[in-house]
Amino acid sequence: MKEYKILGEKDTRSGFAEGLLEAGRENENVVALCADLTPSVRMDLFAKEFPERFFQTGIAESNMVSIASGMALSGKVAFVGSFAAFSTGRTYDQIRQSVAYSDCNVKIAGSHAGITLGEDGATHQILEDIGLMRMMPNMVVINPCDFNQTKQATLAAARYNGPVYLRYGRPKVPVFIPEDMPFEIGKAITLNEGKDVSIFATGHLVWQALEACKQLEAEGINAEIINIHTIKPLDGKAVLNSVQKTGCAVSCEEHMYNGGLGDAIAQLLVRNHPAPMEFVGIDDEFGQSGKPMELMKHYHLMAEDIVLAAKKAINRK
Amino acid sequence: MKNISELQDIATQIRRDVLRMINSCQSGHPGGSLGCADLFTALYFNTMNAAPETFAREGRGEDMFFLSIGHIAPVWYSALARRGYFDIKELSTLRQLGSRLQGHPSYHSNLPGVRAASGSLGQGMSVAIGAALAKKLNGDSNLVFSLHGDGEVEEGQIWEAAMFAGANGVDNLISIIDNNGVQIDGRCKDVCGVVNLKQKFLSFGWDVLECDGNDMQTLLNTLEECKQHAHLGKPVMLVMKTQMGKGVDFMEDNNGWHGKAPNDEQMQNALSQLKETLGDY
Repeated sequence: MKEYKILGEKDTRSGFAEGLLEAGRENENVVALCADLTPSVRMDLFAKEFPERFFQTGIAESNMVSIASGMALSGKVAFVGSFAAFSTGRTYDQIRQSVAYSDCNVKIAGSHAGITLGEDGATHQILEDIGLMRMMPNMVVINPCDFNQTKQATLAAARYNGPVYLRYGRPKVPVFIPEDMPFEIGKAITLNEGKDVSIFATGHLVWQALEACKQLEAEGINAEIINIHTIKPLDGKAVLNSVQKTGCAVSCEEHMYNGGLGDAIAQLLVRNHPAPMEFVGIDDEFGQSGKPMELMKHYHLMAEDIVLAAKKAINRK
Repeated sequence: MKNISELQDIATQIRRDVLRMINSCQSGHPGGSLGCADLFTALYFNTMNAAPETFAREGRGEDMFFLSIGHIAPVWYSALARRGYFDIKELSTLRQLGSRLQGHPSYHSNLPGVRAASGSLGQGMSVAIGAALAKKLNGDSNLVFSLHGDGEVEEGQIWEAAMFAGANGVDNLISIIDNNGVQIDGRCKDVCGVVNLKQKFLSFGWDVLECDGNDMQTLLNTLEECKQHAHLGKPVMLVMKTQMGKGVDFMEDNNGWHGKAPNDEQMQNALSQLKETLGDY
Protein backbone atom coordinates (compact mmCIF):
# COMPACT_ATOMS: atom_id res chain seq x y z
CA MET A 1 0.00 0.00 0.00
CA LYS A 2 0.94 3.62 -0.34
CA GLU A 3 3.03 4.77 2.64
CA TYR A 4 1.88 7.69 4.77
CA LYS A 5 4.50 9.02 7.16
CA ILE A 6 3.56 10.54 10.49
CA LEU A 7 4.76 14.11 10.15
CA GLY A 8 4.11 14.88 13.80
CA GLU A 9 1.28 14.87 16.34
CA LYS A 10 -1.01 17.91 16.41
CA ASP A 11 -4.62 18.68 17.25
CA THR A 12 -6.97 19.48 14.38
CA ARG A 13 -8.20 22.57 16.27
CA SER A 14 -4.74 24.07 15.80
CA GLY A 15 -5.14 23.51 12.08
CA PHE A 16 -8.35 25.53 12.32
CA ALA A 17 -6.46 28.28 14.17
CA GLU A 18 -3.88 28.60 11.41
CA GLY A 19 -6.48 28.36 8.64
CA LEU A 20 -8.65 31.07 10.21
CA LEU A 21 -5.64 33.35 10.66
CA GLU A 22 -4.65 32.91 7.05
CA ALA A 23 -8.25 33.46 5.90
CA GLY A 24 -8.30 36.70 7.91
CA ARG A 25 -5.12 37.85 6.20
CA GLU A 26 -6.49 36.87 2.79
CA ASN A 27 -9.87 38.61 3.13
CA GLU A 28 -10.58 41.66 5.27
CA ASN A 29 -14.28 40.72 5.35
CA VAL A 30 -13.57 37.63 7.47
CA VAL A 31 -14.84 38.11 11.04
CA ALA A 32 -14.93 35.69 13.97
CA LEU A 33 -17.28 35.37 16.93
CA CYS A 34 -16.76 33.22 19.98
CA ALA A 35 -18.84 32.33 23.03
CA ASP A 36 -16.25 32.38 25.82
CA LEU A 37 -14.08 29.53 24.52
CA THR A 38 -11.58 31.51 22.47
CA PRO A 39 -8.37 29.59 23.30
CA SER A 40 -10.16 26.20 23.44
CA VAL A 41 -11.71 26.39 19.98
CA ARG A 42 -8.54 28.11 18.80
CA MET A 43 -9.84 31.47 17.65
CA ASP A 44 -7.05 33.04 19.71
CA LEU A 45 -4.60 33.61 16.87
CA PHE A 46 -7.23 35.45 14.82
CA ALA A 47 -8.42 37.46 17.85
CA LYS A 48 -4.87 38.60 18.58
CA GLU A 49 -4.04 39.70 15.05
CA PHE A 50 -7.47 41.14 14.17
CA PRO A 51 -9.02 42.41 17.43
CA GLU A 52 -11.36 44.77 15.54
CA ARG A 53 -12.78 41.81 13.59
CA PHE A 54 -13.18 39.51 16.59
CA PHE A 55 -16.37 39.57 18.68
CA GLN A 56 -16.73 38.05 22.14
CA THR A 57 -20.41 37.25 22.67
CA GLY A 58 -20.15 35.71 26.11
CA ILE A 59 -21.79 32.39 26.88
CA ALA A 60 -24.67 32.99 24.48
CA GLU A 61 -24.34 30.73 21.47
CA SER A 62 -27.79 31.45 20.01
CA ASN A 63 -27.10 35.18 20.02
CA MET A 64 -23.67 34.53 18.51
CA VAL A 65 -25.06 32.57 15.55
CA SER A 66 -27.77 35.13 14.80
CA ILE A 67 -25.33 38.07 15.08
CA ALA A 68 -23.11 36.22 12.59
CA SER A 69 -26.09 35.96 10.26
CA GLY A 70 -26.64 39.73 10.43
CA MET A 71 -22.97 40.36 9.70
CA ALA A 72 -22.96 37.86 6.83
CA LEU A 73 -26.01 39.35 5.11
CA SER A 74 -24.15 42.66 5.32
CA GLY A 75 -21.25 41.20 3.34
CA LYS A 76 -19.01 39.65 5.99
CA VAL A 77 -17.65 36.09 6.07
CA ALA A 78 -18.61 35.19 9.62
CA PHE A 79 -17.03 32.32 11.57
CA VAL A 80 -18.69 31.31 14.85
CA GLY A 81 -16.91 29.02 17.28
CA SER A 82 -17.83 26.86 20.22
CA PHE A 83 -17.67 23.21 21.20
CA ALA A 84 -19.50 21.24 18.51
CA ALA A 85 -22.19 20.26 21.03
CA PHE A 86 -23.10 23.91 21.51
CA SER A 87 -22.33 25.37 18.10
CA THR A 88 -24.76 22.91 16.48
CA GLY A 89 -27.11 21.30 19.01
CA ARG A 90 -27.79 24.33 21.17
CA THR A 91 -28.24 26.65 18.19
CA TYR A 92 -30.05 24.40 15.73
CA ASP A 93 -33.02 26.74 15.32
CA GLN A 94 -30.81 29.81 14.82
CA ILE A 95 -28.72 27.99 12.21
CA ARG A 96 -31.88 26.76 10.50
CA GLN A 97 -33.74 30.07 10.27
CA SER A 98 -31.05 32.77 10.31
CA VAL A 99 -28.23 30.96 8.50
CA ALA A 100 -29.30 28.09 6.22
CA TYR A 101 -32.81 29.24 5.24
CA SER A 102 -31.59 32.84 5.04
CA ASP A 103 -28.67 31.91 2.73
CA CYS A 104 -26.09 33.52 5.00
CA ASN A 105 -22.35 33.14 4.54
CA VAL A 106 -21.75 31.83 8.06
CA LYS A 107 -19.19 29.16 8.99
CA ILE A 108 -20.13 27.11 12.03
CA ALA A 109 -16.93 25.89 13.69
CA GLY A 110 -17.50 22.88 15.92
CA SER A 111 -14.47 22.08 18.03
CA HIS A 112 -14.07 19.17 20.48
CA ALA A 113 -16.41 17.08 18.32
CA GLY A 114 -16.97 13.40 18.95
CA ILE A 115 -15.95 10.94 21.63
CA THR A 116 -12.29 12.09 21.69
CA LEU A 117 -13.30 15.20 23.60
CA GLY A 118 -12.62 12.76 26.44
CA GLU A 119 -12.92 13.43 30.13
CA ASP A 120 -15.75 16.02 30.06
CA GLY A 121 -18.18 13.23 29.20
CA ALA A 122 -21.42 12.88 27.28
CA THR A 123 -22.81 16.39 27.81
CA HIS A 124 -19.95 17.74 25.70
CA GLN A 125 -19.28 14.77 23.38
CA ILE A 126 -21.71 15.40 20.58
CA LEU A 127 -22.11 12.39 18.30
CA GLU A 128 -25.13 13.65 16.37
CA ASP A 129 -23.79 16.89 14.89
CA ILE A 130 -23.02 15.57 11.39
CA GLY A 131 -26.60 14.31 11.19
CA LEU A 132 -28.06 17.55 12.51
CA MET A 133 -26.16 19.66 9.99
CA ARG A 134 -26.52 17.20 7.09
CA MET A 135 -30.30 17.29 7.33
CA MET A 136 -30.33 21.03 6.80
CA PRO A 137 -30.85 22.17 3.20
CA ASN A 138 -28.13 24.52 1.95
CA MET A 139 -25.49 23.33 4.46
CA VAL A 140 -22.02 22.02 3.60
CA VAL A 141 -20.58 19.59 6.18
CA ILE A 142 -16.81 19.08 6.44
CA ASN A 143 -14.96 16.84 8.91
CA PRO A 144 -11.21 17.01 8.19
CA CYS A 145 -8.83 14.31 9.40
CA ASP A 146 -5.63 15.98 10.60
CA PHE A 147 -3.92 19.30 11.24
CA ASN A 148 -2.97 19.97 7.62
CA GLN A 149 -6.36 19.05 6.22
CA THR A 150 -8.19 21.13 8.84
CA LYS A 151 -6.12 24.16 7.89
CA GLN A 152 -6.94 23.61 4.23
CA ALA A 153 -10.61 22.98 4.96
CA THR A 154 -10.87 26.21 6.99
CA LEU A 155 -9.41 28.22 4.13
CA ALA A 156 -11.71 26.47 1.64
CA ALA A 157 -14.73 27.22 3.86
CA ALA A 158 -13.75 30.90 4.01
CA ARG A 159 -13.47 31.07 0.23
CA TYR A 160 -16.78 29.25 -0.34
CA ASN A 161 -19.89 31.46 -0.41
CA GLY A 162 -22.55 29.85 1.77
CA PRO A 163 -23.19 28.11 5.09
CA VAL A 164 -20.59 25.55 6.17
CA TYR A 165 -20.31 23.31 9.22
CA LEU A 166 -16.66 22.61 9.99
CA ARG A 167 -16.16 19.81 12.51
CA TYR A 168 -12.83 19.30 14.24
CA GLY A 169 -11.40 17.78 17.39
CA ARG A 170 -9.53 18.31 20.60
CA PRO A 171 -6.70 15.74 21.02
CA LYS A 172 -3.33 15.55 19.33
CA VAL A 173 -3.47 13.00 16.52
CA PRO A 174 -1.04 11.96 13.77
CA VAL A 175 -0.41 14.48 11.00
CA PHE A 176 -0.09 12.53 7.74
CA ILE A 177 -1.78 14.54 4.97
CA PRO A 178 1.00 16.31 3.01
CA GLU A 179 0.71 20.10 3.17
CA ASP A 180 0.54 20.30 -0.60
CA MET A 181 -2.22 17.69 -1.08
CA PRO A 182 -5.05 19.45 -2.98
CA PHE A 183 -8.26 20.05 -1.03
CA GLU A 184 -11.55 20.73 -2.72
CA ILE A 185 -14.93 20.88 -0.96
CA GLY A 186 -16.99 17.88 -2.06
CA LYS A 187 -14.07 16.01 -3.61
CA ALA A 188 -13.07 12.75 -1.90
CA ILE A 189 -9.40 11.77 -1.65
CA THR A 190 -8.34 8.21 -2.48
CA LEU A 191 -5.50 7.50 -0.07
CA ASN A 192 -4.94 3.92 -1.20
CA GLU A 193 -6.25 2.08 -4.21
CA GLY A 194 -7.56 -1.44 -3.62
CA LYS A 195 -9.87 -4.05 -5.09
CA ASP A 196 -11.37 -6.10 -2.22
CA VAL A 197 -13.24 -3.59 -0.05
CA SER A 198 -13.94 0.16 -0.05
CA ILE A 199 -13.26 1.82 3.30
CA PHE A 200 -14.72 5.32 3.56
CA ALA A 201 -13.43 7.31 6.52
CA THR A 202 -13.81 10.81 7.91
CA GLY A 203 -12.19 12.81 10.71
CA HIS A 204 -9.95 11.09 13.24
CA LEU A 205 -10.86 7.68 11.84
CA VAL A 206 -8.98 8.25 8.59
CA TRP A 207 -5.68 7.46 10.29
CA GLN A 208 -7.24 4.36 11.85
CA ALA A 209 -8.42 3.30 8.40
CA LEU A 210 -4.87 3.59 7.05
CA GLU A 211 -3.62 1.47 9.96
CA ALA A 212 -6.37 -1.06 9.19
CA CYS A 213 -5.26 -1.10 5.57
CA LYS A 214 -1.78 -2.25 6.64
CA GLN A 215 -3.20 -5.03 8.81
CA LEU A 216 -5.51 -6.17 6.02
CA GLU A 217 -2.64 -6.16 3.54
CA ALA A 218 -0.67 -8.47 5.82
CA GLU A 219 -3.58 -10.90 5.54
CA GLY A 220 -3.69 -10.58 1.75
CA ILE A 221 -6.68 -8.24 1.61
CA ASN A 222 -6.37 -5.25 -0.67
CA ALA A 223 -8.43 -2.35 0.75
CA GLU A 224 -9.27 0.91 -0.96
CA ILE A 225 -9.10 3.79 1.52
CA ILE A 226 -11.09 6.88 0.67
CA ASN A 227 -11.05 10.01 2.79
CA ILE A 228 -14.48 11.62 2.73
CA HIS A 229 -13.70 14.99 4.29
CA THR A 230 -16.88 16.55 2.89
CA ILE A 231 -19.91 14.60 4.03
CA LYS A 232 -22.29 16.99 2.33
CA PRO A 233 -22.25 17.32 -0.60
CA LEU A 234 -21.07 13.72 -0.73
CA ASP A 235 -18.73 12.80 -3.57
CA GLY A 236 -21.18 10.22 -4.91
CA LYS A 237 -19.15 9.51 -8.00
CA ALA A 238 -16.08 8.54 -5.97
CA VAL A 239 -18.17 6.31 -3.68
CA LEU A 240 -19.97 4.52 -6.52
CA ASN A 241 -16.85 4.06 -8.65
CA SER A 242 -15.08 2.45 -5.73
CA VAL A 243 -17.91 0.14 -4.65
CA GLN A 244 -18.58 -0.91 -8.24
CA LYS A 245 -14.96 -2.06 -8.29
CA THR A 246 -14.68 -3.69 -4.82
CA GLY A 247 -18.26 -4.91 -4.30
CA CYS A 248 -18.54 -3.96 -0.62
CA ALA A 249 -18.12 -1.00 1.72
CA VAL A 250 -17.23 0.05 5.28
CA SER A 251 -17.89 3.51 6.72
CA CYS A 252 -15.77 4.85 9.60
CA GLU A 253 -16.63 7.88 11.70
CA GLU A 254 -16.53 9.27 15.22
CA HIS A 255 -20.31 9.76 15.16
CA MET A 256 -23.60 7.92 15.53
CA TYR A 257 -24.57 5.51 12.80
CA ASN A 258 -27.77 7.53 12.60
CA GLY A 259 -27.37 10.56 10.39
CA GLY A 260 -23.65 10.22 9.79
CA LEU A 261 -21.31 9.43 6.92
CA GLY A 262 -22.43 5.79 6.89
CA ASP A 263 -26.05 6.84 6.51
CA ALA A 264 -25.15 9.10 3.59
CA ILE A 265 -23.20 6.35 1.81
CA ALA A 266 -25.84 3.69 2.49
CA GLN A 267 -28.55 5.90 1.03
CA LEU A 268 -26.47 6.44 -2.09
CA LEU A 269 -25.66 2.74 -2.49
CA VAL A 270 -29.24 1.55 -1.92
CA ARG A 271 -30.44 3.86 -4.65
CA ASN A 272 -27.71 3.18 -7.16
CA HIS A 273 -25.62 0.12 -6.44
CA PRO A 274 -26.77 -2.07 -3.54
CA ALA A 275 -23.80 -3.80 -1.91
CA PRO A 276 -22.90 -5.31 1.49
CA MET A 277 -21.92 -2.55 3.90
CA GLU A 278 -20.65 -2.40 7.48
CA PHE A 279 -20.55 0.58 9.83
CA VAL A 280 -17.81 1.62 12.25
CA GLY A 281 -19.26 4.29 14.52
CA ILE A 282 -21.39 4.61 17.62
CA ASP A 283 -24.64 2.71 17.78
CA ASP A 284 -27.35 4.87 19.33
CA GLU A 285 -25.82 5.60 22.72
CA PHE A 286 -24.30 8.53 24.60
CA GLY A 287 -20.60 8.67 25.40
CA GLN A 288 -18.91 8.90 28.81
CA SER A 289 -15.80 10.22 30.53
CA GLY A 290 -12.42 8.68 29.76
CA LYS A 291 -9.15 9.30 27.97
CA PRO A 292 -9.62 9.83 24.22
CA MET A 293 -7.86 6.63 23.16
CA GLU A 294 -9.55 4.60 25.92
CA LEU A 295 -12.88 5.79 24.56
CA MET A 296 -11.91 5.03 20.96
CA LYS A 297 -11.15 1.45 22.06
CA HIS A 298 -14.24 1.16 24.25
CA TYR A 299 -16.56 2.24 21.45
CA HIS A 300 -14.79 0.10 18.83
CA LEU A 301 -13.45 2.90 16.67
CA MET A 302 -9.89 1.56 16.25
CA ALA A 303 -8.00 0.05 13.30
CA GLU A 304 -8.70 -3.49 14.52
CA ASP A 305 -12.44 -2.74 14.52
CA ILE A 306 -12.21 -1.50 10.94
CA VAL A 307 -10.34 -4.72 10.01
CA LEU A 308 -13.16 -6.84 11.47
CA ALA A 309 -15.82 -4.78 9.69
CA ALA A 310 -13.95 -5.05 6.38
CA LYS A 311 -13.71 -8.83 6.65
CA LYS A 312 -17.39 -9.06 7.52
CA ALA A 313 -18.33 -6.95 4.48
CA ILE A 314 -16.11 -9.08 2.21
CA ASN A 315 -17.70 -12.28 3.54
CA ARG A 316 -21.15 -10.97 2.71
CA LYS A 317 -20.30 -10.41 -0.98
CA MET B 1 -41.75 64.53 3.00
CA LYS B 2 -45.37 63.57 3.56
CA ASN B 3 -47.62 65.44 5.97
CA ILE B 4 -49.52 63.86 8.84
CA SER B 5 -52.75 63.56 6.92
CA GLU B 6 -51.03 61.79 4.02
CA LEU B 7 -49.26 59.40 6.40
CA GLN B 8 -52.53 58.62 8.18
CA ASP B 9 -54.09 57.85 4.81
CA ILE B 10 -51.26 55.46 3.98
CA ALA B 11 -51.67 53.71 7.34
CA THR B 12 -55.40 53.31 6.71
CA GLN B 13 -54.77 51.83 3.28
CA ILE B 14 -52.18 49.46 4.75
CA ARG B 15 -54.80 48.30 7.26
CA ARG B 16 -57.21 47.60 4.38
CA ASP B 17 -54.47 45.69 2.55
CA VAL B 18 -53.75 43.59 5.64
CA LEU B 19 -57.40 42.62 6.07
CA ARG B 20 -57.93 41.83 2.39
CA MET B 21 -54.72 39.79 2.16
CA ILE B 22 -55.53 37.70 5.22
CA ASN B 23 -59.18 37.27 4.24
CA SER B 24 -58.18 36.18 0.77
CA CYS B 25 -56.05 33.24 1.92
CA GLN B 26 -58.09 32.69 5.10
CA SER B 27 -54.91 32.52 7.11
CA GLY B 28 -52.54 34.93 8.88
CA HIS B 29 -52.18 37.35 11.78
CA PRO B 30 -54.34 40.50 11.63
CA GLY B 31 -54.08 41.69 15.27
CA GLY B 32 -50.42 42.69 15.47
CA SER B 33 -50.39 43.75 11.82
CA LEU B 34 -53.15 46.32 12.38
CA GLY B 35 -51.53 47.53 15.59
CA CYS B 36 -48.24 48.23 13.82
CA ALA B 37 -49.62 49.84 10.63
CA ASP B 38 -48.79 53.32 11.96
CA LEU B 39 -45.23 52.32 12.81
CA PHE B 40 -44.54 50.79 9.38
CA THR B 41 -45.94 53.90 7.72
CA ALA B 42 -43.77 56.17 9.85
CA LEU B 43 -40.63 54.08 9.32
CA TYR B 44 -40.92 53.56 5.57
CA PHE B 45 -42.46 56.90 4.56
CA ASN B 46 -40.70 59.22 6.98
CA THR B 47 -38.10 57.98 9.45
CA MET B 48 -35.85 55.58 7.59
CA ASN B 49 -33.36 56.41 4.90
CA ALA B 50 -34.28 53.51 2.61
CA ALA B 51 -33.81 52.96 -1.10
CA PRO B 52 -36.62 50.80 -2.54
CA GLU B 53 -35.61 51.28 -6.17
CA THR B 54 -32.11 49.94 -5.62
CA PHE B 55 -32.77 47.44 -2.86
CA ALA B 56 -29.63 45.49 -2.00
CA ARG B 57 -29.39 42.99 0.81
CA GLU B 58 -26.13 44.37 2.19
CA GLY B 59 -27.86 47.70 2.83
CA ARG B 60 -24.75 49.84 2.48
CA GLY B 61 -25.40 53.56 2.72
CA GLU B 62 -28.99 53.17 3.93
CA ASP B 63 -30.93 52.32 7.06
CA MET B 64 -31.89 48.67 7.48
CA PHE B 65 -34.98 47.13 9.06
CA PHE B 66 -35.45 43.66 10.57
CA LEU B 67 -38.83 42.25 11.59
CA SER B 68 -38.26 39.85 14.44
CA ILE B 69 -41.96 39.02 14.89
CA GLY B 70 -42.32 37.41 11.47
CA HIS B 71 -46.00 36.61 11.93
CA ILE B 72 -46.98 40.23 11.26
CA ALA B 73 -45.54 39.89 7.76
CA PRO B 74 -48.76 41.18 6.10
CA VAL B 75 -48.28 44.72 7.42
CA TRP B 76 -44.63 44.69 6.37
CA TYR B 77 -45.46 43.38 2.89
CA SER B 78 -48.10 46.05 2.42
CA ALA B 79 -45.75 48.84 3.56
CA LEU B 80 -43.00 47.55 1.27
CA ALA B 81 -45.35 47.37 -1.71
CA ARG B 82 -46.88 50.78 -1.03
CA ARG B 83 -43.36 52.23 -0.72
CA GLY B 84 -42.42 50.78 -4.11
CA TYR B 85 -40.29 47.72 -3.28
CA PHE B 86 -42.58 45.59 -5.47
CA ASP B 87 -45.92 45.86 -7.26
CA ILE B 88 -48.96 46.13 -4.97
CA LYS B 89 -50.72 43.52 -7.14
CA GLU B 90 -48.40 40.90 -5.66
CA LEU B 91 -50.06 41.44 -2.26
CA SER B 92 -52.88 39.19 -3.48
CA THR B 93 -50.52 36.19 -3.43
CA LEU B 94 -49.95 36.09 0.35
CA ARG B 95 -49.43 32.54 1.62
CA GLN B 96 -50.14 30.95 -1.75
CA LEU B 97 -48.05 28.18 -3.29
CA GLY B 98 -45.07 29.66 -5.11
CA SER B 99 -45.57 33.18 -3.71
CA ARG B 100 -42.70 35.43 -2.65
CA LEU B 101 -45.00 36.54 0.18
CA GLN B 102 -44.43 33.58 2.44
CA GLY B 103 -46.50 33.16 5.61
CA HIS B 104 -43.46 34.35 7.52
CA PRO B 105 -40.80 36.51 5.85
CA SER B 106 -38.16 34.73 3.83
CA TYR B 107 -35.00 35.94 2.16
CA HIS B 108 -35.05 32.66 0.25
CA SER B 109 -38.07 33.75 -1.78
CA ASN B 110 -36.30 36.90 -3.06
CA LEU B 111 -38.84 39.49 -1.99
CA PRO B 112 -37.26 42.97 -2.19
CA GLY B 113 -37.09 44.55 1.25
CA VAL B 114 -36.61 41.31 3.18
CA ARG B 115 -33.06 40.51 4.26
CA ALA B 116 -33.51 37.57 6.65
CA ALA B 117 -36.11 35.00 7.57
CA SER B 118 -38.09 35.40 10.78
CA GLY B 119 -40.93 33.53 12.38
CA SER B 120 -39.16 31.49 14.99
CA LEU B 121 -39.18 34.20 17.65
CA GLY B 122 -36.32 35.85 19.48
CA GLN B 123 -33.68 35.95 16.76
CA GLY B 124 -34.20 39.32 15.09
CA MET B 125 -32.49 41.53 17.64
CA SER B 126 -29.31 39.47 17.31
CA VAL B 127 -29.49 39.61 13.50
CA ALA B 128 -29.97 43.39 13.69
CA ILE B 129 -26.96 43.68 16.02
CA GLY B 130 -24.89 41.77 13.46
CA ALA B 131 -25.96 44.20 10.72
CA ALA B 132 -25.20 47.14 13.03
CA LEU B 133 -21.72 45.81 13.81
CA ALA B 134 -21.08 45.33 10.08
CA LYS B 135 -22.10 48.97 9.50
CA LYS B 136 -19.55 50.06 12.08
CA LEU B 137 -16.83 47.95 10.42
CA ASN B 138 -17.79 49.44 7.05
CA GLY B 139 -17.75 53.02 8.34
CA ASP B 140 -21.44 53.39 7.44
CA SER B 141 -23.21 55.79 9.81
CA ASN B 142 -26.74 54.72 8.83
CA LEU B 143 -28.97 53.00 11.36
CA VAL B 144 -30.45 49.55 11.91
CA PHE B 145 -34.04 49.18 13.15
CA SER B 146 -35.68 46.04 14.53
CA LEU B 147 -39.22 45.33 15.67
CA HIS B 148 -40.17 42.93 18.44
CA GLY B 149 -43.24 41.84 20.32
CA ASP B 150 -43.84 42.10 24.05
CA GLY B 151 -44.70 38.39 24.06
CA GLU B 152 -41.50 37.73 22.15
CA VAL B 153 -39.34 39.01 25.01
CA GLU B 154 -40.17 35.77 26.81
CA GLU B 155 -37.56 34.21 24.50
CA GLY B 156 -34.18 34.00 26.23
CA GLN B 157 -32.23 35.03 23.17
CA ILE B 158 -33.71 38.54 23.37
CA TRP B 159 -31.88 39.00 26.68
CA GLU B 160 -28.65 37.53 25.32
CA ALA B 161 -28.90 40.13 22.57
CA ALA B 162 -29.89 42.92 24.96
CA MET B 163 -26.92 42.15 27.21
CA PHE B 164 -24.51 42.05 24.27
CA ALA B 165 -25.78 45.28 22.70
CA GLY B 166 -25.63 47.13 26.01
CA ALA B 167 -22.19 45.81 26.93
CA ASN B 168 -20.75 46.57 23.50
CA GLY B 169 -22.40 49.95 22.98
CA VAL B 170 -24.15 49.01 19.74
CA ASP B 171 -25.41 52.57 19.42
CA ASN B 172 -26.45 52.45 15.77
CA LEU B 173 -29.32 50.10 16.65
CA ILE B 174 -32.89 51.25 17.35
CA SER B 175 -35.05 48.38 18.55
CA ILE B 176 -38.78 48.80 18.98
CA ILE B 177 -41.13 46.69 21.08
CA ASP B 178 -44.76 46.52 20.04
CA ASN B 179 -46.17 46.71 23.55
CA ASN B 180 -49.79 45.73 22.91
CA GLY B 181 -49.93 43.70 26.11
CA VAL B 182 -51.41 40.58 24.60
CA GLN B 183 -50.18 37.31 23.13
CA ILE B 184 -51.83 34.10 21.93
CA ASP B 185 -52.63 32.70 25.36
CA GLY B 186 -53.76 35.97 26.96
CA ARG B 187 -52.31 39.07 28.65
CA CYS B 188 -48.49 39.10 28.55
CA LYS B 189 -48.35 39.99 32.23
CA ASP B 190 -50.39 36.89 33.06
CA VAL B 191 -48.68 34.50 30.65
CA CYS B 192 -45.17 35.09 31.95
CA GLY B 193 -44.96 38.35 33.89
CA VAL B 194 -43.91 40.66 31.06
CA VAL B 195 -43.80 43.92 32.98
CA ASN B 196 -41.47 46.89 33.47
CA LEU B 197 -39.89 46.66 30.02
CA LYS B 198 -38.37 50.11 30.35
CA GLN B 199 -36.58 49.24 33.59
CA LYS B 200 -35.43 45.90 32.21
CA PHE B 201 -33.73 47.47 29.18
CA LEU B 202 -32.33 50.38 31.20
CA SER B 203 -30.66 47.84 33.48
CA PHE B 204 -29.13 46.18 30.41
CA GLY B 205 -27.47 49.47 29.45
CA TRP B 206 -29.93 50.75 26.84
CA ASP B 207 -31.34 54.19 26.28
CA VAL B 208 -35.13 53.71 26.53
CA LEU B 209 -37.93 55.86 25.13
CA GLU B 210 -41.67 55.28 25.30
CA CYS B 211 -44.57 56.48 23.19
CA ASP B 212 -48.07 55.86 21.88
CA GLY B 213 -47.54 53.78 18.72
CA ASN B 214 -50.97 54.51 17.30
CA ASP B 215 -50.70 58.30 17.25
CA MET B 216 -48.87 59.30 14.08
CA GLN B 217 -47.55 62.67 15.25
CA THR B 218 -46.29 61.26 18.55
CA LEU B 219 -44.73 58.33 16.74
CA LEU B 220 -42.93 60.55 14.22
CA ASN B 221 -41.61 62.79 16.96
CA THR B 222 -40.44 59.91 19.10
CA LEU B 223 -38.74 58.12 16.23
CA GLU B 224 -36.87 61.35 15.45
CA GLU B 225 -35.92 61.52 19.11
CA CYS B 226 -34.66 57.92 18.91
CA LYS B 227 -32.44 58.92 15.99
CA GLN B 228 -31.06 61.80 18.06
CA HIS B 229 -30.20 59.29 20.79
CA ALA B 230 -28.27 57.07 18.34
CA HIS B 231 -24.47 57.20 18.12
CA LEU B 232 -24.21 58.25 21.75
CA GLY B 233 -22.75 55.03 23.14
CA LYS B 234 -25.90 53.05 23.91
CA PRO B 235 -28.39 51.00 21.90
CA VAL B 236 -31.80 52.67 21.76
CA MET B 237 -35.07 50.97 22.72
CA LEU B 238 -38.51 52.35 21.96
CA VAL B 239 -41.27 50.75 23.98
CA MET B 240 -44.26 51.54 21.83
CA LYS B 241 -47.73 51.21 23.33
CA THR B 242 -50.22 49.99 20.72
CA GLN B 243 -53.56 48.31 20.54
CA MET B 244 -53.78 44.92 18.89
CA GLY B 245 -56.27 45.11 16.02
CA LYS B 246 -56.17 48.95 15.97
CA GLY B 247 -58.67 50.49 13.55
CA VAL B 248 -61.23 47.67 13.58
CA ASP B 249 -63.52 47.96 16.61
CA PHE B 250 -64.26 44.27 17.11
CA MET B 251 -60.57 43.32 16.86
CA GLU B 252 -59.15 45.97 19.18
CA ASP B 253 -57.33 44.69 22.25
CA ASN B 254 -58.64 41.19 21.61
CA ASN B 255 -56.06 38.40 21.57
CA GLY B 256 -58.57 36.21 19.74
CA TRP B 257 -57.50 38.11 16.62
CA HIS B 258 -53.80 37.36 17.02
CA GLY B 259 -53.81 34.69 14.35
CA LYS B 260 -57.34 34.38 12.98
CA ALA B 261 -58.54 35.37 9.51
CA PRO B 262 -61.75 37.41 9.21
CA ASN B 263 -64.50 35.79 7.16
CA ASP B 264 -66.15 37.78 4.34
CA GLU B 265 -68.81 39.32 6.54
CA GLN B 266 -66.29 40.33 9.21
CA MET B 267 -64.02 41.77 6.57
CA GLN B 268 -66.80 43.90 5.09
CA ASN B 269 -67.57 45.20 8.56
CA ALA B 270 -63.87 45.93 9.12
CA LEU B 271 -63.38 47.61 5.73
CA SER B 272 -66.40 49.84 6.36
CA GLN B 273 -64.40 51.32 9.23
CA LEU B 274 -61.34 52.03 7.06
CA LYS B 275 -61.54 54.42 4.12
CA GLU B 276 -59.98 53.37 0.84
CA THR B 277 -57.41 56.15 0.51
CA LEU B 278 -54.84 55.06 -2.09
CA GLY B 279 -56.89 52.49 -3.97
CA ASP B 280 -57.04 48.80 -3.10
CA TYR B 281 -54.55 46.49 -4.82
